Amino acid sequence: MAETISGFSNVGRVRFWQKGFLASQSAYVLAALIVLVVVMAFASPNFLTPGNVSNIVRNFSFIAIATLGVTLVIITGGIDLSVGSTMALSATVTSLVLSGLAGAAVALFPGGALLLAILAGLATAAAVGFANGFAVAKLKLSPFVTTLGTLSIVRGLAYVATYGRGAYPTGPDKDLFLALTAGRLFDLVPISFVYLMILAMAMYLALHHTAWGRHVFAIGGNEAAGRLTGVPVDRVKIVVYMLCSLAAGFNGIIISGWLGSAPANLATAYELTIIAAAVIGGANLAGGVGGASGAIIGCVLIEVIRNGLVLARVDPYWQQTLVGCIIVAAVLVDRLRSLRNG
Amino acid sequence: MSLLEFHGVSKDFGAIRALHDVSFSVQPGEVVGLMGDNGAGKSTLVKIVSGIYQPTAGHLTFEGSREHIDSPAQARRLGIETVYQDLALADNLTAAANIFLGRELKYNVGPFRFLRHNAMNARAAELFAELKSETRADDLVRLMSGGQRQAVAIARTRLADARLILMDEPTAAISVRQVAEVLSLIHRLKDAGITVILISHRMPDVFAVCERVIVMRRGNKVADKPIGETSPEEVTALITGAKEAA
Repeated sequence: MAETISGFSNVGRVRFWQKGFLASQSAYVLAALIVLVVVMAFASPNFLTPGNVSNIVRNFSFIAIATLGVTLVIITGGIDLSVGSTMALSATVTSLVLSGLAGAAVALFPGGALLLAILAGLATAAAVGFANGFAVAKLKLSPFVTTLGTLSIVRGLAYVATYGRGAYPTGPDKDLFLALTAGRLFDLVPISFVYLMILAMAMYLALHHTAWGRHVFAIGGNEAAGRLTGVPVDRVKIVVYMLCSLAAGFNGIIISGWLGSAPANLATAYELTIIAAAVIGGANLAGGVGGASGAIIGCVLIEVIRNGLVLARVDPYWQQTLVGCIIVAAVLVDRLRSLRNG
Repeated sequence: MSLLEFHGVSKDFGAIRALHDVSFSVQPGEVVGLMGDNGAGKSTLVKIVSGIYQPTAGHLTFEGSREHIDSPAQARRLGIETVYQDLALADNLTAAANIFLGRELKYNVGPFRFLRHNAMNARAAELFAELKSETRADDLVRLMSGGQRQAVAIARTRLADARLILMDEPTAAISVRQVAEVLSLIHRLKDAGITVILISHRMPDVFAVCERVIVMRRGNKVADKPIGETSPEEVTALITGAKEAA
């Protein structure tokens, strides 16, 4: 084989730092994050205390699971604006079912009511995701407009279901519910972070080591090519939107556990932070690029900045402005890099 | 028995009749050139064979049995592979990933099925060596030259045991040296008993490798004759309409 290609001498090997993770936007943002953490550690003695680190971890876990889901959608070249609303509706349904089952005898075993409540919440999210996916894949509607619609529809449903008052988890399983959502493993690691790590690993495996993951990337890269080569484009898209909504719903349930309630305005406008985190972490809105690690890096960066501004006693209203600047900076760096590489 | 037969196939797109009552047959192991100007219906014809379009009227048979090819996957199951004009590659994937797209090699771990990256890369490297192409299996298609992309698209057709390979303008965007390689590849396919339908604008290519040429004009078949009985001048006249039919 070496002989057959020996006639070509002007094609060099791509160096290891020019491809893979090290060449991705995620790597640049990770480097920026590390610098930021070092600066913060020197600037504020409180930054690296176990309590503060634990808070940061818990806070970014709150949006990171949904960010994993949105990243999947973005890789296919789509967008899901309805994640914030889905978080609220899932949390609301879970709380309503949990409270509704409080006096009922359907709970065959301890935690049975909780199990049903969470399944109901996740089923609601899956239904929202299916609606989004069906509209995008089969009816060929634009993902932006479709999910802008569901953003409003789903938020409305959360208000309708509780007359605008929101719902509160009550009943015998309430303590278990709080432990499973807002608890800390060994009194240190927020349990939401444990969920995040498990889901991120699963997403990494699915994206890079299964045919399904290949198809997700192929759809984002060239959807027509996917169809021509026999990729089940519509089915993959529907599954991706369902996974995105499920991740958002699960995230919403966790937040409601930490808050101890599911107000109807839970996670309002979170979709913007979540999409920002995904984009900062390297997901390309044009499709075809993104990953689990990038999604988490984006969430951590946003949270570290938020936390740092609080510790530095900067007016918290600067947060949004800064996050906006970072979004633009992150894509700008990536743009400059790809210009250089041709 | 003919490998592929068209029986009075027509295809309408709204008010446009892209194919009008086209009939022809292709024998096993034959290399047939399909020529015509832009809009003559060549690509429509290819897409009917590869399962993307369904004929409005008429039908086709493959290996003697009447087939309804309703998807690219169905065409593949019959042993029909296509090199599309725009190559149909996903830029963000590696060459190997593109070659195996839609038919990845996997291994089972419990209920899960994971990709066999090494096996796919090795097979892709073998295919590139066969095609004498300087293309690496694990390089991204985005970073490749026109010829390398062409090699990826052609390598894809060599993955399965194809009976019929359709090539839509395989030499349109590549270098002189690579054109020679594609043409010698077509010769090798023929030697291996594989039927090839070559769609091309390039008269020298068609006369170099094809045994028969079918000429299309405005959705109609205007000529179908052995290459020895015609000439580039006659084919040009047929394509432009200077000569009505032959």
